[in-house]
Amino acid sequence: MALLEVESLGISFGGLRAVDNFNISVEKEQLYGLIGPNGAGKTTIFNLLTGVYKPDKGTIRLDGENMVGKNTIDINKAGIARTFQNIRLFKDMSVIDNVKVGLHNHHSYSTLSAIFRFPSYYKVEKEIRERAMELLKVFGLEEECDYLASNLPYGKQRKLEIARALATGPKLLLLDEPAAGMNPNETGELMDTIRFVRDNFHMTILLIEHDMKLVSGICEGLTVLNFGQVLAEGTTGEVLNNPEVIKAYLGE
Amino acid sequence: MRQMKTKALSKQTRNNLVTYGIVIAAYIAVEILMRAGMVSSLLKGLLVPLCIYVILAVSLNLTVGILGELSLGHAGFMCVGAFAGAIFSKCTMNAIPVAGLRFFLALLIGAAFAALAGILVGIPVLRLKGDYLAIVTLAFGEIIKNVINIIFLGRDSRGFHISLKDAFDLGLEPEGEVIIKGPQGITGTPNDSTFLIGILLILVTLFIVLNLIHSRTGRAIMSIRDNRIAAESVGINVTKYKLLAFTVSASLAGVAGVLYAHNLSTLAAQPKNFGYNMSIMILVFVVLGGIGNIRGSIIAAVVLTLLPEMLRSLNDYRMLIYAVVLIAVMIFSWSPKCREFRERYGLKRLLGSKKGAKEEV
Repeated sequence: MALLEVESLGISFGGLRAVDNFNISVEKEQLYGLIGPNGAGKTTIFNLLTGVYKPDKGTIRLDGENMVGKNTIDINKAGIARTFQNIRLFKDMSVIDNVKVGLHNHHSYSTLSAIFRFPSYYKVEKEIRERAMELLKVFGLEEECDYLASNLPYGKQRKLEIARALATGPKLLLLDEPAAGMNPNETGELMDTIRFVRDNFHMTILLIEHDMKLVSGICEGLTVLNFGQVLAEGTTGEVLNNPEVIKAYLGE
Repeated sequence: MRQMKTKALSKQTRNNLVTYGIVIAAYIAVEILMRAGMVSSLLKGLLVPLCIYVILAVSLNLTVGILGELSLGHAGFMCVGAFAGAIFSKCTMNAIPVAGLRFFLALLIGAAFAALAGILVGIPVLRLKGDYLAIVTLAFGEIIKNVINIIFLGRDSRGFHISLKDAFDLGLEPEGEVIIKGPQGITGTPNDSTFLIGILLILVTLFIVLNLIHSRTGRAIMSIRDNRIAAESVGINVTKYKLLAFTVSASLAGVAGVLYAHNLSTLAAQPKNFGYNMSIMILVFVVLGGIGNIRGSIIAAVVLTLLPEMLRSLNDYRMLIYAVVLIAVMIFSWSPKCREFRERYGLKRLLGSKKGAKEEV
């Protein structure tokens, strides 16, 4: 059974059918891409998957568990983490604190033991710090751990956002245009990072991207969205050679 | 790596210790001056109010600086705490003869009632954002003040009586006692507040606020301030932590209220002490001290309370100078040129510390 199974998902905003009859099925540890022209409804789908919007139709199942009707927080706890198209870091907090917030639900102690500094505070804080440093190291951010997040260069902010999402211990990672605004070098580096995350964390990744080099380079499967509907799906090679996709999105 | 870890930990602890140290040093300095007879009676009268303002400023900073929500009703929570604490003290004046114990219990009661008010106001209000939240909290402060002004509360052998009309309406027995006399408020509250207690309460407030900030809970609260949507996406329960920060902030304001109530023999809810002017003044302390900067709040509260008193001899000009100082501080702390100047010639540099890159809290 696939890790993520979405069937006939749909949502309307006023008279606009933003997403209609959307189906997707992502296998465990698969690197899957969601592409399409601007305004096709890609980010809306991410918002549906993470409970920001409630679908008016369809089902979302993660590991067989129903996700429709849950709120963002519970969906994150169930195992879906995401990054954002326009980076949303906690910008007035340090780099390591950003990751620590991601670890919030996994290493916990009560507010009371925080105020009175009970032994559990020191024990769990130590765990949190070690785990956060491990994650930062994966992304080469350990040197900058005490910087303010907003002081990081753009590429590193993107990486930090992925690190923060991974800290929540997800089963499925959603990346919303991770390469947006990156130069070819940075994109290349990002591709390595994404592959590394998949291999080392055994992560299933669904990503939205416009950069065809990145998409063709790392995605194993693709779904193309146009006007809120699935235009084509299949392996990356098949989809990118599909004449309809070329006509609607890639250009002849 | 290990070295870096301990360094970072100790940096935070050191920062907190400096803050506690400043408060204790100020206490010792004032005590020495008092022993030497160098403190005027005017200044002596200001010592407890100073402690009250510091507690209010630090607690409001939790809402404004750490949670990032603008609250203009802080004086309202102070008012709730003041009256709850004063009623308790008045009722138990004979039952609990030990002043220290009675005052301690009054503090807990004041904090609890203010926290309750914080929860009741917070549940609906924290759904609002920015200006709307400010308006509703402002209204709350005014409502509390006016409600207390029409309450008459009395006690006799049959128990408590409450009325919204006047003292006769209570129908008390001859030996009964009126506790709240409407607009005249509560008279005869024991004067238990001292400078030492005030300083101890500042330290307790700092202990709670600083420990809260530098914890898992504090990070959750700050993440909501920085980006609510992202905080939700990593599984932070936004409502819970907003309410928690707001409630802690309110209950500490309640503590300040109890301190206030036991500093004067008459407690009445007037625009002067619990009105919106007071809320704005506390906000000015927070803003001038630096939003999110706890130590700054302490310093701003002290300086801005002392300044008008020090300038009293200048009569009409004192508020003018007060305003000029406010503007000067704002310019000094925010203009890029001044920040550059501070970084180059600031205390940190002079004391030989290497990097002043991040001065947080």
